[in-house]
Amino acid sequence: MSDVFVINEKAYRAKKILSNVASYAFLTLVAVIILVPFYWMLLTSLKSQLLMEEIPPLLWLKPSQWQLSNYSSLFALVQSGPRAGSPLFPFFTYLRNTVVVSIITTAGTTITTILAAYAFARLNFKGRDVVFAILLGTMMVPGEIFILTNFLTIAKLGLYTWDQTYGQVLIAMTVPFMTSVFYTFYLRQTFKQIPNELYYAAKVDGTSDFGYLLRVMIPVASPTIVTIIILNSMGAWSAYVWPAMVTMKDEYRLVSNGLRGAFTDTGSGRTDFGQQMAAATLVTVPLLILFFTFRKQIMRGVSRSGIKG
Amino acid sequence: METKNNWKAWLYLAPMLLLMSVFTFYPLINAFIISFYKGFRPLQNSIEGFTLLGNYLLILRNPLFWNAMKNTFVIAFISVPVSIFLSLAIAVGLKSIPKLNKFFQTIFFLPYVTNSIAVGMAFAVMFHKNYGLINAILERLGFAGRIDWIGGTSSWWTQMVALLIFTVWESLAFKILVFTSGMQNIDKQYYDAAKIDSASKWTVFRRITVPLLSPIILYISITSMIGALKAYNSVIGLFGIKLGNPSNSMITIVAFVYKYRAELASPGYYSYAAASAIILFIITVVFSLIQGVVSKKRVHY
Repeated sequence: MSDVFVINEKAYRAKKILSNVASYAFLTLVAVIILVPFYWMLLTSLKSQLLMEEIPPLLWLKPSQWQLSNYSSLFALVQSGPRAGSPLFPFFTYLRNTVVVSIITTAGTTITTILAAYAFARLNFKGRDVVFAILLGTMMVPGEIFILTNFLTIAKLGLYTWDQTYGQVLIAMTVPFMTSVFYTFYLRQTFKQIPNELYYAAKVDGTSDFGYLLRVMIPVASPTIVTIIILNSMGAWSAYVWPAMVTMKDEYRLVSNGLRGAFTDTGSGRTDFGQQMAAATLVTVPLLILFFTFRKQIMRGVSRSGIKG
Repeated sequence: METKNNWKAWLYLAPMLLLMSVFTFYPLINAFIISFYKGFRPLQNSIEGFTLLGNYLLILRNPLFWNAMKNTFVIAFISVPVSIFLSLAIAVGLKSIPKLNKFFQTIFFLPYVTNSIAVGMAFAVMFHKNYGLINAILERLGFAGRIDWIGGTSSWWTQMVALLIFTVWESLAFKILVFTSGMQNIDKQYYDAAKIDSASKWTVFRRITVPLLSPIILYISITSMIGALKAYNSVIGLFGIKLGNPSNSMITIVAFVYKYRAELASPGYYSYAAASAIILFIITVVFSLIQGVVSKKRVHY
């Protein structure tokens, strides 16, 4: 009888090890597939024109073969044409614009979100549930519907003109995106978990509603608020359509806009893949730095908001 | 919560509601109004009259729109189920390994935090006929003829395969993360019971994991279906503003909207953009309703 158990135990262990090996192999394969595009981007950006055109392509480079000329050529000044005098890929201009837009949008979104989430979580007022349902309903509507009229609104406000200033561009790029129903909903859930007793105690102490929000609710909910700030500020990096639509001048654009369409010689139609991938790498790296700095908050925030949404 | 804080509450809501009135509610209504205009010139703000369905009928007679519909539906119907199935399998794999869990999770999440234009361009280089990794691998595996996936002599099929691979690659990250954290909330005793019954892995997956995850799977399939129906940045990233070869062969509904929106000088085009955006909205709503109703019977709460 005990022999049977021993045999079963052995068989069970062998099976367990085998299935572990299979799991690791599968996950490693997936990890490689996820990483390969980043590798190919970096590899291509380091290839010289000569190595680039080798067929079949080189799958790796010796460190001695690495060369940064693709990167330096991005900053070389354009000699002729409408963009003469500015760098081929004005990365630092785009980077500055993106950071500025990201900060302004996030500051605005955080303020409107905190105030609205507070009203929905803590205050009792007529029509609360109706308003909340209507707000949630707008999340179903594709953004393309809003963009059509928003562009006309921006134009009517005189923010889209030939002599557009930087300030006008910033207003056009940020103000329409200073609210988020999704984050309001997310923060409301956190606010609701704060016990009512705290509120009544504060009331007894004569604290105003706003004082209570500032001194109790916001500090207690700060992990959620930090998550909202991080996730929201990453949005400006992928914004493509709207910034291209409301900017008149190239120097006002954001990182995504400058990336696509450039690097193709209009005469021969040939694309310089090395330069293109160097620019793509420059755009990707800051995002990855941001991600690895705030990895925990980002992943926790995304998974929670995903489940609760 | 006893006292009514009517005016105070509206004060707190005011910043959000004011902004949303201008940039969300008004545009939503106005999109319908624009879609009823005849000969609308957005820059002069002039119209030649109204038409109830004229713009919609014009779009429905435009072959480019049907091309956009076809591409969008192919993307949605293939990429969504494939990526849900794959990410479930990956989440199950992650659950079964004792070590390196966080390490793998971090790698799998990377596509979520990257810019789809930048990565799309990297995919475009990988799919390049001569300089691309994909053909290099295929050649080593013994497939001699190099395929032109997305270049000047490529077909609709190869371009669609490339786009689907990129779309699935991009959409795995979010799903894996959500499924993984969903699985952590499943009570361990279900799995212990299955172990005593020596149930096979496949049975455990089908009888325990999927049913208990079903609310999350439903949520994910609705949101990713909506996301896939709005595919645009991935197409721009992979194919550029020409939208494929020949031009517009990979056009999607959103790309169709933007194409007509950009023609500000042509009277009436803005209304086509509005009407097609509304058609997209209706499709989205219908899909969400269907998925909600169909899944109602199969989702365990």
